[in-house]
Amino acid sequence: MSGWAGEARFTTDLMSDLISNSTPAAGDRHPSSLRLEIDKLIADGAFEAASRRLAELWRREPASGTASFLTSRVVQLREKLSLTKFKLAILRSYTVEPIVPLLQAEAFAYGIDLEVHVGDFNTYVQDMIDGESSLYRFAPNGVVLAVRTEQAAPELWRDFADLAPEAAQKACDRVIKSYEQWVRAYRKHSQAALVIHSLERPSSPALGVLDDQSEEGQSGLIRRINRELRRIAAEFRGVYTLDYDALVARHGSRHWHDERKWLTARLPIAASYLLEMAREWMRFVVPLSGRTAKVLAVDLDNTLWGGVIGEDGMTGIKIGAEYPGAAYQALQRALLDLSRKGILLAACSKNNLDDAMEALEKHPGMLVRAKHFAAMRINWTDKAQNLREIAGELSVGVDSIAFLDDNPFEREQVRAALPEVTVIDLPKNPLEYASAVRNCAVFERLTLSAEDQQRTEMYAAQKQRSGAEHNFQSKEDFFRFLEQEAELEPVSDLTLARVAQLTQKTNQFNLTTRRYTEPQIAEMSKQHEWQIFSIKVRDRFGDHGLVGVAITHDQGELCEVDTFLLSCRVIGRTVETALLAHLAESAAQRGRKRLIGWFLPTKKNAPARDFYQQHGFEKQEANGTGSLWTFDLRSSTLHSPDWIKLKTPAEVNGVR
Amino acid sequence: MSTFEQVRGVASDIFGIPADKITAESSPETIENWDSMQHLNLVLAIEEKFGVQLEPEDIEQMKNIGAVAALVGKLQSAAR
Repeated sequence: MSGWAGEARFTTDLMSDLISNSTPAAGDRHPSSLRLEIDKLIADGAFEAASRRLAELWRREPASGTASFLTSRVVQLREKLSLTKFKLAILRSYTVEPIVPLLQAEAFAYGIDLEVHVGDFNTYVQDMIDGESSLYRFAPNGVVLAVRTEQAAPELWRDFADLAPEAAQKACDRVIKSYEQWVRAYRKHSQAALVIHSLERPSSPALGVLDDQSEEGQSGLIRRINRELRRIAAEFRGVYTLDYDALVARHGSRHWHDERKWLTARLPIAASYLLEMAREWMRFVVPLSGRTAKVLAVDLDNTLWGGVIGEDGMTGIKIGAEYPGAAYQALQRALLDLSRKGILLAACSKNNLDDAMEALEKHPGMLVRAKHFAAMRINWTDKAQNLREIAGELSVGVDSIAFLDDNPFEREQVRAALPEVTVIDLPKNPLEYASAVRNCAVFERLTLSAEDQQRTEMYAAQKQRSGAEHNFQSKEDFFRFLEQEAELEPVSDLTLARVAQLTQKTNQFNLTTRRYTEPQIAEMSKQHEWQIFSIKVRDRFGDHGLVGVAITHDQGELCEVDTFLLSCRVIGRTVETALLAHLAESAAQRGRKRLIGWFLPTKKNAPARDFYQQHGFEKQEANGTGSLWTFDLRSSTLHSPDWIKLKTPAEVNGVR
Repeated sequence: MSTFEQVRGVASDIFGIPADKITAESSPETIENWDSMQHLNLVLAIEEKFGVQLEPEDIEQMKNIGAVAALVGKLQSAAR
């Protein structure tokens, strides 16, 4: 009974919250009046509000017309909003222009200001090979290579029945070799990411059912090309394949294609599926531009399971292998898949804690258990506040959180209070929950490090650690108790991906916030005046993995710290001092006389502000963008704290 | 909302002009950026919004907004 009363009270509170909040819930206004309101807000200079309304319009009406409206308004707003800029080039063998506004509208919904360059028809080969081409002049951050099988392998597509088996194999080899040459040429001229559409198989092969009876049939050979494309992509850093064949299959070949548009306008994709193409590209653009979510905070009642635990009880809630509980199990499976990719799960729910914990620990149908949550806020506090606390507990920015809730009021409230949070729009039907989560681009990752796969366990250990901290007299006692071990080593093939990832993702303890791609790091590491160090940290509670990066650049007597960053998991435990001391020692050994470094302030890196000052650096100059600090290596030394056991490169390699 | 009004709404988005400035007689002659690419965008937006499939012959007949609305009306009633 008390649970029910609590629920009723909460509903009333929420209603009054929503009424007092000047943001009405979605669904109140007709899209056409929403358009008028947006133009008025822009005219009044209320850019943030206009931006929120544009996002709302796009959620309600994601279509070509809306996209045209939205992109024309974003042009007026882009400089006033803090959007992440990204330049995408599309090389193609067919018409993609009508997809571009849809793509830009989707990008806007993810907080990305997307500039798009479309190559000329079928000039993709010249564009990639010629270093002076319009492609390279555009200086893209990412490139999509969208070529249809019909253009990439015309013999296999059109004249297959006429081809002798050897000729078919030859055609296949030729296609593979061409792609390999193009990618090689591309990598000579650009370090930007490249996404290659794999080739589509014909929906009606020339030989009918006979085609599938051998690997040398039309489908078999195209499959072989696709396998080889994957191999080529794996050989180059920052080159990926987009499984176009699977994309078409997911939506159904007959629906996806529009033969009329292909023959009249060279557009092979039907009007209703252009948005799906745009969304598939976004699954690359979002992780490439770093707009990913690190944490997914989920509601419990009617989201993680069907029903309300406080009312329906253990026997009443729906979760299990049978319908309708199976829909929720499918969602839970999707959540566990995310946690295996390194995305942390958090519970954010209005329940009595005991009820929720009983369900999470004891219900036989539950796949997601309490141990899978890196943080939990199960209480009657408002969700925006709980999300803020979850961000604090997990040391991530609020903009790294995605929020999953079946209740549109809760979603709207979080959107209004915390616009930085990615709020996932759950469909009404629970059977569609799992795919809504799986299709959300903020959870896409293009590489996976060992750290990503163990992150949930690491955070579980962290929970114990912060519990331990309270029992010590001094910080130093605590540091000694931790028994930290740090391993310092130059970047290697094994750590390249993680090092680049940290430069992309670290916002708080980051002195210069310079973002580097894998190919850029690889390039730097080849030059002797550049040093790239990574630091791995372990302590009595567990392994943190690779958590820090420092990059220095020798210039005559000087050694400049180009990048110095530390994952927030290990901030404030003197690991940073150990890393800096190592840089100083290494620079002195190379005969440098001074260590210098910029601090470039951003909205988020306040935790690193006093770093150089605290370590005895002197301020040399300051300008509008930051301050330059200097340390004399001849007259003073930096000491690594004695409570951290250090392993330096020689020891790591076992040479010493 | 009538079919004409809905078509006008789509055209307003695509061509970037206020809906009340668009009439049944609005055509590539009166709307400045109604070029071949925008014509394709209009066709796609109409197909998407009304769930219809336009034949190449239909597309040629889309000489002004009134003709577009009439065509959509015809296809919709044929579908019913």
